[in-house]
Amino acid sequence: MMQRLNFGGGVLTVLTVVAAALWAFPLYWAVATSVQTDNEVIAPGLRLVPRTFSLDAYVHALVNTSIGHWYVNSIVTSVTITIVVVFMAACCGYAISQLRFPGRRPIFLLILASFMVPIQALIVTHFVLMADLGLVNTWAGVILPQLIAPVTVLIYKQFFDSVPKELREAAVVDGASEFHLLFRLYLPMNWGITVALAVITYISAWNSFLWPLLVTTQERMMTITVGVIGVDDAFGVHYARDLAVAVLASLPVALAYLFFQRRVTQAIMLSAGIKG
Amino acid sequence: MNPGRRDYLPALVLVAPFLVIYLVLFVYPTIMMVQLTFTDSPLIGEGKWVGFDNYVRLWNDRLFLRATWNTFYFVLLTVIPTTIIGLLIAMMVSRLNGWFQSIILAAFFLPYILPVTVVTEIWEWVLNVKFGVGQHVFEAVLGERVSVFRNRNWAMPMVAFVTIWWTNGFNVLLFIAGLRNIPSDFYEAAALDGATRWEQFRYITLPLIWPIGALVLTIQLILQLKIFDQVHLLTEGGPARSTEVLVRMIWLNGFNQNKGGYAATIALFLFIMVIVLSVFQYQLIRRRRWE
Repeated sequence: MMQRLNFGGGVLTVLTVVAAALWAFPLYWAVATSVQTDNEVIAPGLRLVPRTFSLDAYVHALVNTSIGHWYVNSIVTSVTITIVVVFMAACCGYAISQLRFPGRRPIFLLILASFMVPIQALIVTHFVLMADLGLVNTWAGVILPQLIAPVTVLIYKQFFDSVPKELREAAVVDGASEFHLLFRLYLPMNWGITVALAVITYISAWNSFLWPLLVTTQERMMTITVGVIGVDDAFGVHYARDLAVAVLASLPVALAYLFFQRRVTQAIMLSAGIKG
Repeated sequence: MNPGRRDYLPALVLVAPFLVIYLVLFVYPTIMMVQLTFTDSPLIGEGKWVGFDNYVRLWNDRLFLRATWNTFYFVLLTVIPTTIIGLLIAMMVSRLNGWFQSIILAAFFLPYILPVTVVTEIWEWVLNVKFGVGQHVFEAVLGERVSVFRNRNWAMPMVAFVTIWWTNGFNVLLFIAGLRNIPSDFYEAAALDGATRWEQFRYITLPLIWPIGALVLTIQLILQLKIFDQVHLLTEGGPARSTEVLVRMIWLNGFNQNKGGYAATIALFLFIMVIVLSVFQYQLIRRRRWE
């Protein structure tokens, strides 16, 4: 009986490893393709391990595309979005969690409403607004509509709610202002959650596609997530080159995930309403 | 001094950045969208008042009906499969420990954090009809290569397949958290009573994981209704409109055909549909949430 169970467990483990390998295979395949020459890539026959190694595709991507601009655009916009969203959410989350003021309830409802709204439905009016403000093909134009991140406010509210009242009362007796309380007590006590929210906001800003696609019409203003698709049009079909650009576009988010794995997991759970 | 007054000024300052951004970028665009639906405006510029013309047109627009139907077809192809696959993978990963578990989980999760353009680039290459490594599978099973994104029968299911591959890691994480909350005594007691693996799954895992399952289902339902990126990148709505979806209809009318008023009308339809479903979702789970 015991032996049969162990045998079953072993089979399951092997199946799990095979499934994981198959699941990740396209990722491996993309990287493997990107380090071959174009001739090698389309040579007949199935070779799961590349026979040659070449960085030509990467050199080509760096020299012949606007990837430098795309990187700068992506970094500037994602980092700005992250800073503004986290700061704004912390302030607002603190106010609705700790302060009683007229309008608190309407603001809370506004957050819940925007949480439910599909941002894709607003692309037309966002574009009209950005055009009216003269922000098409600018960083500000890419950034502004992406500042709507209501879940971040709700998560801060939830965490600030659970800070013990005694700490607050003690600080108030010492004469601390609300800003002191937020930046010296509530935020430092929730550093972990700030990191988690910042990383997930950065990853989603880096990855956002539809809005940057619409608001950037000049190649030099594109973010790298949009720029990836421009490559085939420019050079015909060169798989190694396309995938080299794709790998370069993924590196900053892949690294963010690998460094902050636990925080990313936590932020995802929280955004689904599960306290991780 | 009464406590209400003491809070008022700091509260205003703290809430101001949020309020300004939401009024300008959320409330105002929403109102403008509703107003646009009653005009024949181009994307940029003035239009004239046309009453309910756009709504009447929407009702008679066969392409819109087609796109609505295709959107629901896509939802059907993704939501339930991804929930089941997510649970299966979570159960497989939960059995493992330590670094081994981390590596296996990373293999399943990594696609989720990649940009959508990278995901579609990868699958266009893997499934390329001439050189794609995935075509070996098609040859082995069907005896022929299939240009999946240019084939009416294959296009939507394959877009759904790529979507599941890309987004499934999210569901796996939620399910793993859910499984972790099931006390291991339950399984030990059941094993002592001679329950088989299937019986343990059926009578312990399934009922206790169900709340997470419902959560995943509703999150996925709302998410997948908003499908645009993968279709836009893999099939451009084709072949023969077989993968045209609602958000792409907004894009087509607004940004391709310069019909801002009509695009806003489609947007409002999507808007209302998603809000109704979200309210339902919120009711379903709010007790465990932010209040």
